[in-house]
Amino acid sequence: MSRVLVGVKRVIDYAVKIRVKPDKSGVVTDGVKHSMNPFDEIAVEEAVRMKEKKLASEVIAVSCGPSQAQETLRTALAMGADRAIHVEVAGAEYDTLQPIHVAKILAKLSQDEKADLVIVGKQAIDDDSNQTAQMTAALLDWPQGTFASKIEKTDGALTITREIDGGLEVIKTKIPAVLSADLRLNEPRYATLPNIMKAKKKPLKKVSAKDLGVDLAPRIKVVSVEDPPVRQAGSIIPDVDTLVAKLKEGGHV
Amino acid sequence: MNPLAQIVRATRPIYRKLSTTATTASAAKPIPTTGFCFELTDEQKALQELARKFTKDEIIPVAGQYDKTGEYPWPVVKKAWEVGLMNGHIPEHCGGLGLGVFEACILSEELAYGCSGIMAAVYITEVGQTPIIIAGNKEQQKKYLGRLIDEPLVAAYGVTEPGAGSDVAGIKTRAEKKGDEWILNGQKMWITNGGVANWYFVLARTNPDPKCPASKAFTGFIVEREWPGVTPGRKEQNMGQRASDTRGITFEDVRIPKENVLIGEGAGFKIAMGAFDKTRPPVAAGATGLAQRALHEATKYSLERKTFGVPIARHQAVAFMLADMAIGVETARIAWQRAAWMVDHGQKNTVMASVAKCHASEIANKAATDAVQVFGGNGFNTEYPVEKLMRDAKIYQIYEGTSQIQRLIISREILTAATQTN
Repeated sequence: MSRVLVGVKRVIDYAVKIRVKPDKSGVVTDGVKHSMNPFDEIAVEEAVRMKEKKLASEVIAVSCGPSQAQETLRTALAMGADRAIHVEVAGAEYDTLQPIHVAKILAKLSQDEKADLVIVGKQAIDDDSNQTAQMTAALLDWPQGTFASKIEKTDGALTITREIDGGLEVIKTKIPAVLSADLRLNEPRYATLPNIMKAKKKPLKKVSAKDLGVDLAPRIKVVSVEDPPVRQAGSIIPDVDTLVAKLKEGGHV
Repeated sequence: MNPLAQIVRATRPIYRKLSTTATTASAAKPIPTTGFCFELTDEQKALQELARKFTKDEIIPVAGQYDKTGEYPWPVVKKAWEVGLMNGHIPEHCGGLGLGVFEACILSEELAYGCSGIMAAVYITEVGQTPIIIAGNKEQQKKYLGRLIDEPLVAAYGVTEPGAGSDVAGIKTRAEKKGDEWILNGQKMWITNGGVANWYFVLARTNPDPKCPASKAFTGFIVEREWPGVTPGRKEQNMGQRASDTRGITFEDVRIPKENVLIGEGAGFKIAMGAFDKTRPPVAAGATGLAQRALHEATKYSLERKTFGVPIARHQAVAFMLADMAIGVETARIAWQRAAWMVDHGQKNTVMASVAKCHASEIANKAATDAVQVFGGNGFNTEYPVEKLMRDAKIYQIYEGTSQIQRLIISREILTAATQTN
């Protein structure tokens, strides 16, 4: 297995309090702190560990977005990726960028770069789509191991432990394959200071979606974005009987 | 002439006059032609992000515990070393990153936000290294700085004595030449990292003649902890920054090979003083970090605590305290940034470094005290984070040159400049 392609997305930092725009078209992103999607950090970490274990020879980080996406790519390079590809998508096109487009881009790049493995985070914390890995696998007609919490390579095949609702599922796939990283796959490393300095010198290539032959017309239209309803106050109930009565009243039992 | 130009004209001689010696061994950065810029470079931002993350994940969770036990935070220091947050300005030929003072300041501010005691434990090694960086020859640098890169070891700066702190020229530790060696005898005190350092920069008197001027009477040495005769004392119990290890050290007939002399006999005083140009800005940045923490904690609390029916932040008496803290933080930050920028660009920054350090230490103490005030009774209690800030802040007005010494430096230059211009 030689080349690993890792998809990383620049999202609003997980610690930021999200505010909805007054026109309900989306959330406020201007001047708000952004960072790499936490599940993508886990994906990069896994790819870098594979390289350290000599299971992979090269890690390529890819991000689709405006020029600021390069910051996210630099973080990936600082964590140990060898080179980066920035697919430039800006302005209105970026606002309507959806997993289907990203999947097509990753599929095309995987073929161009002759990748053996594509790893992405299981979902982005802004749209929670959980689609990119699956769509990419389908477009490439490669097997997929999603919600991976453990990845082992054994003689040209991958043994993947997946976190599913009922517990853990272990599957085996051939290579090439598409994987998506779940929370417990690993703990991402700090990008050390020397690596941050070195990251500047690593190659970062810029391409456009058009170069890759991908049409960015949206397939889904966002109708409105609203705050979740304000939490209603609860009421204190004197005893269990009243509780049961209230639950019956509310149709919950 | 416009008044601003007049002020610039009048103050410029203060800085220009001090360009008597250039002791920096590292190349100064060229001054950009684009004028002032208050934006960090992408690299500096990445560095700041890393330090901030490290502080949040590694320092803040354990700061309270180290403050209680006074134990040296080896796990945190080792992790900082692994991540590359220490030893940033070791020259590249020794395996370091050759970063500037500005970068050291960014790191210091972020780490001190978490805990200034742990920050001192992580940073003081760089104070010990600075004389070797500015005055060491290539062999000394490779040997003593190189080993800090290879292993998580730390250094210390040994100048202060029980009987002499501000009056550096009054130190009594002496070194006598005996053949190819120097024999060191004396006592140092309040040496941060004293008990954990692998080697010390030691300043000793080598010319016993009391009439010999300070600029010729002292020599700088690199002294290894393991040598016979070097005895660190007990760890001192201090008011604040308790995670930091401060001790007295006794030197009894310690034999120093002549290879461990920095520059040559008699050059020590200037080296010891010259180091401050590079180490005072990061200490100022640390004080700024502490003040920033005080401001954040006080702000958070004031939005939660209610009195007279509203969060106390709505009372101007409290809001104004927060505003004053912010004024202090912002001005202290600009001051260390300027002092650091100057030395990185080859300009003599002694006065600016003193301004930054003095100012930052004072606003840090005020901010910490006011934070306790905002917390009220809770602020006095150890379950809340601000009493520690107040205890930690005090030392900033004392070490690395007391506020009084800083004022001496600044006023001397004002007066010298005034007597030189018409």
